[in-house]
Amino acid sequence: MSSVIVFDGVSKCYRLGSIGNQTLYQDLNRWWAKVRRKPDPLLKIMDARDGKDGDQFIWALRNINLEIQHGEVVGVIGRNGAGKSTLLKILSQITAPTTGEIKIKGRIASLLEVGTGFHPELTGRENIYLNGALLGMSKEEIQRKFDEIVDFSDVEQFIDTPVKRYSSGMYVRLAFAVAAHIEPDILLVDEVLAVGDAQFQKKCLGKISDVSQKEGRTVLFVSHNMGMITSLCKKAVLLDNGCILVEGNVTDVVTRYYNAGISSPYAVDFRKQGKKVGDQYATLLEVHIEDMEGNLIGEVDIRAPFKLKMTYDLHGAPVAPRPNFYVISPQGQYVFVTGGGEKGKAIDGTYEATCIVPGNLLNNETYTIDAALLYTDSIFHYSFHERGAVMITVIDPIDETIEETTRYGMSGPLPGAVRPKLPWEVRKIA
Amino acid sequence: MKSNADINWDYIIRPQRRWLDLRLGELWRARNLIMLFVWRDFVTYYKQTILGPLWYLIQPLITSLTFTVVFGNFAKLSTDGLPQFLFYLAGTVVWGYFSACLTKTSNVFTSHANIFGKVYFPRLTVPISILLSNLITLLIQFLLFLAFMIYFSSSGADVHPNATILLLPILLILMAGLGLGFGIIISALTTRYRDLQFLVTFGAQLWMYITPVVYPLSSVPETYRWLVLANPMTSIVETFRFAFLGAGIVETTHLLYSLVCMIVVMLIGILIFNRVERTFMDTV
Repeated sequence: MSSVIVFDGVSKCYRLGSIGNQTLYQDLNRWWAKVRRKPDPLLKIMDARDGKDGDQFIWALRNINLEIQHGEVVGVIGRNGAGKSTLLKILSQITAPTTGEIKIKGRIASLLEVGTGFHPELTGRENIYLNGALLGMSKEEIQRKFDEIVDFSDVEQFIDTPVKRYSSGMYVRLAFAVAAHIEPDILLVDEVLAVGDAQFQKKCLGKISDVSQKEGRTVLFVSHNMGMITSLCKKAVLLDNGCILVEGNVTDVVTRYYNAGISSPYAVDFRKQGKKVGDQYATLLEVHIEDMEGNLIGEVDIRAPFKLKMTYDLHGAPVAPRPNFYVISPQGQYVFVTGGGEKGKAIDGTYEATCIVPGNLLNNETYTIDAALLYTDSIFHYSFHERGAVMITVIDPIDETIEETTRYGMSGPLPGAVRPKLPWEVRKIA
Repeated sequence: MKSNADINWDYIIRPQRRWLDLRLGELWRARNLIMLFVWRDFVTYYKQTILGPLWYLIQPLITSLTFTVVFGNFAKLSTDGLPQFLFYLAGTVVWGYFSACLTKTSNVFTSHANIFGKVYFPRLTVPISILLSNLITLLIQFLLFLAFMIYFSSSGADVHPNATILLLPILLILMAGLGLGFGIIISALTTRYRDLQFLVTFGAQLWMYITPVVYPLSSVPETYRWLVLANPMTSIVETFRFAFLGAGIVETTHLLYSLVCMIVVMLIGILIFNRVERTFMDTV
């Protein structure tokens, strides 16, 4: 094992607000300080960040020290604005750090956004060459991989059509196909997988895990989807307010992520977080998971049913809303959506909505659950759709003596987003 | 131990690069990308137009005709005894290359912000590809000029192409260098101060009037001549016209002055560009 990326005291500062004549003044000021070999007044302001002037600047990253080993798949998690994207931007040389340095071994490629530099007037074929070169591939490399790229993207018959005639799905598939064939030593991925249909997402995730496992490359993966992170990465880094809060084993870090915000993977109280989720009609207060006895749980036996609960306030909603839970697999696919509530008039007040998920339905995976409140009668409107509100890990006690599990004698991980227990009949007919 | 370990790293990202760390090797490796940019610009520029590449010819023709009518017939400006149309065409074609290089490189950062913000590649590839794709335009317009020159000379006009034609590659390098240099200085500064963007389009128009495009240097009064000569483009336009048409003032010192200007402007431009490309995404 050897380090391929080393962050050494990396910080990044952004200037807030607009650039006007103040900027020119500040620039001249900094320049003058530099000429006199005085410290940069801008940086001084930032050290005293609580001061009045400091409000103009924001530290997106503060003193990041991190080592990433060869072949590791590292998840980078954190709330919005924690500095995840800035980290990747600095690593991919789109912007420079304010202080510190990063040492890198090997070629880096980033999937910050697929399809960058695609020209709508050019054909798919022409765009593969242009985009490939933009991402750092040599001409020979593109020629060698061309068929593979076209094959992966499933757009063979349109390859000589200008991409402006493509559907958005085709466009994204072609773009990802190019990006996925760069063969970098280090791959940076920033939630690009939120695009495309489920089938294609699966293909992309497969490609990423191939890249890391079979080809032994290093991957840095930024996502909000804890399920995806836990299934793809072994190691994770939790960023908060520009600092590394914790790094290490992915499950520990993900657990810490939920704990950090006065929330846990299985119970979140938005009132305590001081976060307002909702709109003028309704506010989400709490989401949690409990067992049938009413204890909060984050893990559940595959045979046992459990309850998904959300609490919300209604204030002036036009019609009775329908609470919904979305259950999402670690691969980021929706396993199912379930909704409750009844048609009628809305009455203001605090509501608790409970959904019972039966045992012997889910597979042994970690599922992410979104909580949403929508109005479908006479209007279509979401009061909130809180993504990744809670998580549940379904445990399969591999115990051959227990008859009730749905393993049916099979061993190892069983495929499938769900593993329902279904009525079967096997009889001898001849 | 630290110095030993440093050798093993492929890149080290630091807040600021050293002034002279231009990464020319990286630029050379990206030559395929430069060619693709040139090709892309050429292929897509006139897409969905009826006249297509004919526009390359229409622009200088109409400009030269207008100049012939306005400056030649109305204002009756001297053309050093050359056929008016040919005189203006020569000036327009040469000036057109410089002005296109200047204006198009001057907004490289702002017009490419979406690409630059998503993926890293040597940023200098973009201005360089602009120089090259304009060179194609220049070549087409130059052939048009040659055709008119042959036509005028065969119909008995006083046109004398001479050995100075051999300087043509040097003239091209000078123009490309000046256009690139000024263009990238402006592009680097516009990431912070957009004012310059407004300045550049009409600044380029004004600049044409202190360059002997619509008049010969010989007709400039002694008292103002220093002003026109201080302009590094002057000797280039004059030399071009002298080489192909046989009239104009060509002096080695003037050309050397343009060369020095080009080198200085290019150096300043590349150094500033190199600094700005590191962080411009934060301010653009």
